[in-house]
Amino acid sequence: MDDVFSNFDLVLKAFWMTVQLAVLSGVAAMVLGTLLAAMRVGPVAVLRTVASTYVTVVRNTPLLVMCVFVFFAAPNLGLLVGTPFLVKGTIAVGLYTAPFVAEAIRSGVNAVPLGQAEAARAIGMTFAQNMRHVVLPQAFRASVPPLASTLIAMTKNTSVVAVFGIMEATARMRYFVNRNADDTILIFVVFAIGYILLVELISLGAVGLERRWKAAR
Amino acid sequence: MTVTDDAPVGSGTPRSGEPLVELTEVQKYYGGLHVLQDIDLTVDRGEVVVVIGPSGSGKSTLCRTINRLEPIDSGRILVDGAPLPQEGRALARHRADVGMVFQSFNLFAHKTILQNVTLGPIKVRGLAKGEAETRARELLERVGVAQQADKYPAQLSGGQQQRVAIARALAMDPKVMLFDEPTSALDPEMIKEVLDVMVDLAERGMTMIVVTHEMGFARTAANRVVFMADGRILETTDPETFFTSPESDRAKDFLGKILKH
Repeated sequence: MDDVFSNFDLVLKAFWMTVQLAVLSGVAAMVLGTLLAAMRVGPVAVLRTVASTYVTVVRNTPLLVMCVFVFFAAPNLGLLVGTPFLVKGTIAVGLYTAPFVAEAIRSGVNAVPLGQAEAARAIGMTFAQNMRHVVLPQAFRASVPPLASTLIAMTKNTSVVAVFGIMEATARMRYFVNRNADDTILIFVVFAIGYILLVELISLGAVGLERRWKAAR
Repeated sequence: MTVTDDAPVGSGTPRSGEPLVELTEVQKYYGGLHVLQDIDLTVDRGEVVVVIGPSGSGKSTLCRTINRLEPIDSGRILVDGAPLPQEGRALARHRADVGMVFQSFNLFAHKTILQNVTLGPIKVRGLAKGEAETRARELLERVGVAQQADKYPAQLSGGQQQRVAIARALAMDPKVMLFDEPTSALDPEMIKEVLDVMVDLAERGMTMIVVTHEMGFARTAANRVVFMADGRILETTDPETFFTSPESDRAKDFLGKILKH
């Protein structure tokens, strides 16, 4: 245990990597997921098919397989060669999480009464304006709880990239466990607390958003 | 009531009286159900047409085809001489010129009353925010809800919400206003405040197509009454004739039912 505390800067650095991975993947997943959701509810049949195919394929693929694809298969195809590990990790986790975000937002879109979109169309809004100003803002409000769950799962999923040489929290935990075989439980507790704190921030953020939006309607 | 620089379609407008909305042989099916059959209807500029009929007669569908919220299967709809565009930007532009008021108000739940009225002018018409707000406040004043400008729709009564919905439609300076059962979701004491706004609008010369069960409104404000049943227009006549001596049995039957209570 002394080993962990005397090298606590390594722990903090590892969690900082986890935070970076989570924030970057989260942003990527939210942007891509929102786009996919808009495509799925949109009027263009081709885009609807593209989006639902993406959701089906990626949501049904394990994250580890997605990581293998991004870290090993893509370079063999000449893609992502020499890309920093952090970026590769972000791409893998972001691509993997996007369909879950898309489905959470789509459930929110379905919760917006049809009359809202009709009223927007009736004053001459295009589909994009309708989405941006009327439907999605309300859909986001309705999807905060499932989105929070998705982002929490994603934050914990960043641990999968530990396998691929990124020194984030889980990789660092394994490093300490290997050096202190008789202290495994305590080391586990320290890192678990770290994850719990991170995830709790997301939960608190979600609660705050829900409270704010409840007041404004 | 405050007079504002509203739609320049008063009685003195030279173009008043020429056809603004023309429906020719319009047909629409829901699966096997023929909901609009051989609809021919012309509404002139400045005219107020009330569409009445039993529920399921297709009157709401008729109203919604005019801004293509319901596409039709065949026939022709012209607004101001131009045929309805297919989906896309042209259709959006068309809809901006056709105001619509819904039975369930459909105010944007996440926007304030003022934002509800300014959203279209700013995003669709490209008006500056300040300009749009000044105009919106005038319209809210006119429909009597200026005090509520910063509240959210859920904080208003049904009657207030419907008046805001009318202001929202007017803010686009529409050529014609469609009302799809605007008072059917309201408590009795709120119906009058909405009808008053509509009568005022009619007196200012707005072209209006109103689907309603309010016979009083039809008598006072309508130039013509269109009676529909089973997807067909059975009678088109002036209100007095319609209410005193309807021609078709369906109309007699319908009037007998609604006027009895």
